[in-house]
Amino acid sequence: MTALLEIDGLSKSFGGLRAVNQLSFTVREREILGLIGPNGAGKSTVFNLINGVFAPDQGWVKFAGADLTGKPPYRVARHGLARTHQIVQPLTDLTVLENCTVGACFGRENLPLARARAVAREVAVFVGLEDRLATPAAQLTIAGKKRLELARALAAQPLLLLLDEVLAGLNPTEIERMLTVIRSIRQRGVAILIIEHLMQAIMGLSDRIVVLNSGQKLAEGTPAEIANNAAVIEAYLGDPALAEKLHGGAAA
Amino acid sequence: MKSEKTGAIDRDRASPMLYRPFFWIIALAVAAFAVVPLIGDNVQLRESLLLAAVYITLASNLNIMLGYAGYINFGSIVFFGLGGYISVYLVSAHAWPLAAAELAAGVAVSLLALVFGLGILRLRGAFFALATIGINQGVQAFVSNFEPWGGSAGLYLSTQIFEPLGGAMRSLWVIYFLLVAVMGLSLYLSYAIKTSKFGLGLIAIGQNEDAAVVLGVPAPLYKALAYSLSAFLPALAGGLYFFKSAFIQPSDAFDLSLSTEAMVIVMLGGRGTVTGAAVGAYLYEELRGWLLTSETFSNFQLVVSGVLLLIIVLFVPGGLMGWIYGRWPRMKQVLE
Repeated sequence: MTALLEIDGLSKSFGGLRAVNQLSFTVREREILGLIGPNGAGKSTVFNLINGVFAPDQGWVKFAGADLTGKPPYRVARHGLARTHQIVQPLTDLTVLENCTVGACFGRENLPLARARAVAREVAVFVGLEDRLATPAAQLTIAGKKRLELARALAAQPLLLLLDEVLAGLNPTEIERMLTVIRSIRQRGVAILIIEHLMQAIMGLSDRIVVLNSGQKLAEGTPAEIANNAAVIEAYLGDPALAEKLHGGAAA
Repeated sequence: MKSEKTGAIDRDRASPMLYRPFFWIIALAVAAFAVVPLIGDNVQLRESLLLAAVYITLASNLNIMLGYAGYINFGSIVFFGLGGYISVYLVSAHAWPLAAAELAAGVAVSLLALVFGLGILRLRGAFFALATIGINQGVQAFVSNFEPWGGSAGLYLSTQIFEPLGGAMRSLWVIYFLLVAVMGLSLYLSYAIKTSKFGLGLIAIGQNEDAAVVLGVPAPLYKALAYSLSAFLPALAGGLYFFKSAFIQPSDAFDLSLSTEAMVIVMLGGRGTVTGAAVGAYLYEELRGWLLTSETFSNFQLVVSGVLLLIIVLFVPGGLMGWIYGRWPRMKQVLE
């Protein structure tokens, strides 16, 4: 499989703090790559560097043959790279359908309004918001808003989707439904880079995992390799018994 | 642009303007403005409606920035004033025909707004609002010292200027009809933007600019275009208004209180609604007329608009149309 997203030597400091330090990894086509690490490891900053919310101090971001380093987010979106936010960012007064239409209009295809609406409707139904098309985003439940984040990003018809803790704050039933949706997104041929704190979920979902600690890459490998990695267990998982349990979960 | 997959709402949205009720509501309002004062040659009504047309033009165009993109433009009157100066100057000093002077004023002010916009639209919130006041005050200071435009004394037009339009009396009617046309164009522009992809992008910016940018909305370009577009018709209105007065001076052209009134109108009618800017402007003009002629309130017109703004922001943030659409959502399908 060829590389879709390549980041190389990416660094970013805020004041004296090195949030991301010499980070390199690739996401291959149709792959689900998990990005994990303790709180403050720099995971969301990596997303912000990839999609242009921040410009990196060093390093570059290459995506589908184009150099996206330091490009503003609206240019990045046009290349087929969409993301969701850890803290949901709905366009509150707009309906679910209108929110998704924005994603479709200004995404990879740069669709005209009427065709964008058709795509928006389709993705809203796909993530399970078919009963909420005319509901203002502000009135959705937290699970609904998470779905809307996902639908809006999907409406852009991206090649790569960056998911920032889409499972946080959901109950077990909602998590199960969300995981089903994420798996079917991959079935559509979309590559996914996902940040998640829920270990069991990300171990089961990812093809490969990159572990981040203090802005640096601590380890990279399959979920089974990560669960057995001594450095990861020590620095991140902490509890060897938990690691054992997760390893069992990933192998099953 | 119709797709087989789209449902009922979509088909309605994609239908040509002629089939939409709102197109005819605007057409009817414009026709009423044009015809009613003609009945019995009612000059007093014409003058009152002329002011209403100016208010509707200013408020509708302000609404593009304030209501759609969520940017508070306190200095929107600078477009009106500059448009007035450019066309009065071209007519008086260079004997341009009114139509050519108007067009030149509109284009020049829009281009200037594009340049200003690319500069100050990096700012957000209160800082942007302050910068817009700064632009108005800066332009006023410049014009007050600009000798070709008469400095602080201003520019006068001789009465001969009205000859090509058929004399003073007739030219007042011609200018009135032109202003009503500018008002109609303002409403259509608001409506066309709102129902376009460009408008959706602006509204997304108004809701949450960071999220909109991540979704791919090219915010810097869209904001500058909106700022520039919202300058064109107010510049035409300014040209006509000051041509009619045959006199322009800096303190009238760049009067910040008119900017404030335009904001009150947008908030009163309903931020982000096309109908609201029009209905709000009309109501405000009526209220203003009543206050000015009433013995008790004659000097308190701006006090009243200030109190009105407070009440709206505190209790009815959606304004008149926002309140109506909240109660009867169906009305939105018809009126927007």
